[in-house]
Amino acid sequence: MADQIKKENAEEKPRIGVFVCDCGSNIAGHLDCESVAEYASTLPGVVFTKENLYTCSESGIAEIQQSIKEHHLTRVVVASCSPRTHQPLFAGSCAQAGLNPYLFEMVNIRDQCSWVHMGQRENATEKAKNLVRMGVAKSVTLEPQKEIESSLIRKVLVIGGGMAGLSAADAFAAMGIEVILVEKSGALGGLLRKINRLANGEAAIDVISNLIEKVESRSNISVYTGSEVKSIGGYIGNFNMTVSTGDKNIEESAGCVVVATGALPWVPEGLYGYNGEGVITQIELEDRLKTGALNASQIVMIQCAGARTNNREFCSRICCMTAVKNALIIKEYKPDSEIHILYRDMQMYGTEKEKMLWDARGKGIRFHVFDKDKPPDVKNGKVHFFQPLLGETREIPCDLVVLSTPLLPNENARNLARTFRVPVDQNGFFLEAHAKLRPLDFAADGIFLCGSARYPATTAEARSQGIGVASRAAGILFKEKLVTSAIVAGIRDDTCVGCMICLNACPYQAISFNEISNVCEVNVILCKGCGNCAAACPSHSARLKGFMQKQVLAQIRAF
Amino acid sequence: MLDAGRHPNIDLMAYSEVESMEGESGAFEIRICRKARFVNEDQCTGCGTCAEKCPIQVSDSFNMGQGTRSAIYSWFAQGIPSTHTIDAKYCRQLNGKKCGICQKVCQADAIDFNQKDKIVNLTVGAVIVAAGYDIFDPSRIPEYRYRDQPNVITSMEFERLLSAGGPTAGHLNRPSDRTVIEEIAVLEKKAKKSEKMLGKYEEKYKMVSERFYRAFQSGEHGDEKDSVKWADKYKAYLEIKSKREALKTRAERFSTAKNLAFIQCVGSRDFRFYQFCSGYCCMHSIKEAIIAHEHEPETRSVIFGMDIRAVGKGFEEYKIRGGNHSNISYHRGRVAEIRGGPDNHPVVIYEDTISQTVKKEAFDMVILATACAPGKSLKKLASVLDAELDEFGFLKTNHLQPVDTTREGIFVCGCAQSPMDIPESVSQASSAASRAVQVLMTYRKVS
Repeated sequence: MADQIKKENAEEKPRIGVFVCDCGSNIAGHLDCESVAEYASTLPGVVFTKENLYTCSESGIAEIQQSIKEHHLTRVVVASCSPRTHQPLFAGSCAQAGLNPYLFEMVNIRDQCSWVHMGQRENATEKAKNLVRMGVAKSVTLEPQKEIESSLIRKVLVIGGGMAGLSAADAFAAMGIEVILVEKSGALGGLLRKINRLANGEAAIDVISNLIEKVESRSNISVYTGSEVKSIGGYIGNFNMTVSTGDKNIEESAGCVVVATGALPWVPEGLYGYNGEGVITQIELEDRLKTGALNASQIVMIQCAGARTNNREFCSRICCMTAVKNALIIKEYKPDSEIHILYRDMQMYGTEKEKMLWDARGKGIRFHVFDKDKPPDVKNGKVHFFQPLLGETREIPCDLVVLSTPLLPNENARNLARTFRVPVDQNGFFLEAHAKLRPLDFAADGIFLCGSARYPATTAEARSQGIGVASRAAGILFKEKLVTSAIVAGIRDDTCVGCMICLNACPYQAISFNEISNVCEVNVILCKGCGNCAAACPSHSARLKGFMQKQVLAQIRAF
Repeated sequence: MLDAGRHPNIDLMAYSEVESMEGESGAFEIRICRKARFVNEDQCTGCGTCAEKCPIQVSDSFNMGQGTRSAIYSWFAQGIPSTHTIDAKYCRQLNGKKCGICQKVCQADAIDFNQKDKIVNLTVGAVIVAAGYDIFDPSRIPEYRYRDQPNVITSMEFERLLSAGGPTAGHLNRPSDRTVIEEIAVLEKKAKKSEKMLGKYEEKYKMVSERFYRAFQSGEHGDEKDSVKWADKYKAYLEIKSKREALKTRAERFSTAKNLAFIQCVGSRDFRFYQFCSGYCCMHSIKEAIIAHEHEPETRSVIFGMDIRAVGKGFEEYKIRGGNHSNISYHRGRVAEIRGGPDNHPVVIYEDTISQTVKKEAFDMVILATACAPGKSLKKLASVLDAELDEFGFLKTNHLQPVDTTREGIFVCGCAQSPMDIPESVSQASSAASRAVQVLMTYRKVS
């Protein structure tokens, strides 16, 4: 009993520790961190304060953990940067020291204070004090929470059977994870089926056939060709989907999803007199080389045909390499042929590609630069273009013009994006979670991407990404169970009137309407804790943990 | 970095090197040398008091030699682990002199001058090499005068200048101007010392130095010992003062660098050095120019390159945006030479292909986009691991197994495999992890 009272007392009078971070000079350069820390120590409930050069550094974290133990802290407030990047670190560190991580509160005095009030030291310091006071007031009202656990299906759905998808499927299978591989067309292999040879001289069909054979021989990969994913529901760990194989619908389930739907070369209708005969694309050239139907000996290749223009700004990455590769192949079996490549920038990045460029120059392939604003003119078996290096217009007679057109996202990509509720970028390629640090993840949990569906990729890049995506998803699928944040919404069924405003406000489709009880319900696994529903709910029935009314009001009243 | 440092499945061994390896895929026996830090890793809290009190200042290698750090240091503020290290080359105590200040001030009692290199033996199933690359030394290109021209710097040096945590707190102060300001500080110190000395004479003879000197020059004081000394001291003081004033006048005209030239392919795409393209430098020059413009809206940048290779997702768009909003112009061609100009303004000599003339233009600073050179220690590491290098000096892979080295069970990712940017390095790292897991799982099945 005595213990019980003691505990309750502790709850009534929280012991708060406040840590003020200098963030090097990011914060301390623009406001007085020392006086903020000093001020914090005067706030009610605060029993410990500390200013750190970097609170997120290993020593800063150690200090938090040590003071939780030494000063018996029941709340920790860190005044530093954005919770977006550092909340998990600080909250996790509190948990390691034995404090419930949901008793941690973060105050942003960098992005929302020092960075926006540079040169106004006094005002910035004053604002930081206000923010800290509000954070401390909120922390008092925080409640311990328990993380949410859910089961998962150790199986993965891979959409797309090209180089990236096949590589991913093979890698998953090698790790002992069951794979459902869905390919829209009638056969596996993707774009490589149409390619003649790879840059190292190997026949593309041999390479892809070997991989297909390997995938098909694996007992833990189910391949569905000529099939599409019609619908998908569920969430990380527990997706369920309907796969249409044309004649029937199959219900499948998986813990994670990989999108590897690839890209297609643009058909340049109306550009440079494209006609599929004397003016063709690189992919059509590949076909002529493969079938031995190429009989031209004076060839002009035009780069950036339909790419890096005002309407389509992006560079398609692989077309320069493709042009040089094909030029070298033609030179190899027809050494007297004359090949000119008209380019804007030769995008031969890295080791091997740049070497190919040197080789091509050495073998007499001619490179001419042209300006974006003065594109070449193809007329009567001749190509005219302005050569800025010489300052004159040149004319090259030719019997074949090859246009290097960009790879564009699969036309189906937008539909698929809607089905899977994942974003695409302005060019229609799938958009990853972070351009630099999370290239193979979608922002939505449990869904990944690789290959040219993300952005045009060479064979080696698609392969590497396909193998890589397998470890991203395996990191989830190898777990015994899933543990997710407790900061989720809940809807009170006694006050909810079933108006369904929250249903539309939720960007994650985490809310559904229960037809029997006539109230809305939150799927806590799908809920990302954005708080839209709580803000929209007219009866205050939708509430977000960690941002309950009393908590937010305590924060506001402290201002 | 911190995530890796905190992960329960990751055992970080910083400041360590692989000495030898035996065995085969699934069961490698690895000998690792954990170099002596002279600081006990378990005890050091990374508080930094030792570094504050250390009397020895040496060139700061993290800031590319711009600025100084103590002989006991941590690589950089957020570094993991935060354990400090004593630089044995410069530490007074370790070189037989009297000191030991760090040991006295360390409350955690973590300093151990007797620490020795420690050998750790590990058994692992697979190995991933992510040993990165070296920055090409541009002084090997005589025509760019990197050593002679203070305001010709490398991209990495520029990166540190742009950084809020860097030697100039993010201001683009030119290296030559910083040298002058440092000189002024030294002269101030000297002048103060001199003044103190002169004050003693002034007190002794109850006369101000200026009056004494005038009298001395007209022969009034003869050549008594004190008079000669006083006069010499005063003369030296005047010299210091005039030098200081001259420098101060010069320094009044200093402003931050606003007119920048970025030179691409320094050491790359060059048969004298590396024939390959380093891949990421076009983008980091554009990024640096955009950031410089964000700091100071009057900044103008010219990027000189043979091709501007903006080949990643969103890169071409970024390049165009840099041109439209950040006052960057892109100039096609390889710069022939960089010469010295008045006021330490490097002069770039290049061909203007539009007007077909050779042009000269002076800039406040010139930034060299140095090549991604294969790491100097990569060769040794490759031989220890018995993996082959390719013709460019990076670890050899096959394009269908992009992260598998020639030795089974040993994988590579990032710039140890070939030059690449961040997203590519990250996806390769995932790829290497995937391959390593596959090896471990096969091994587990067998055992």
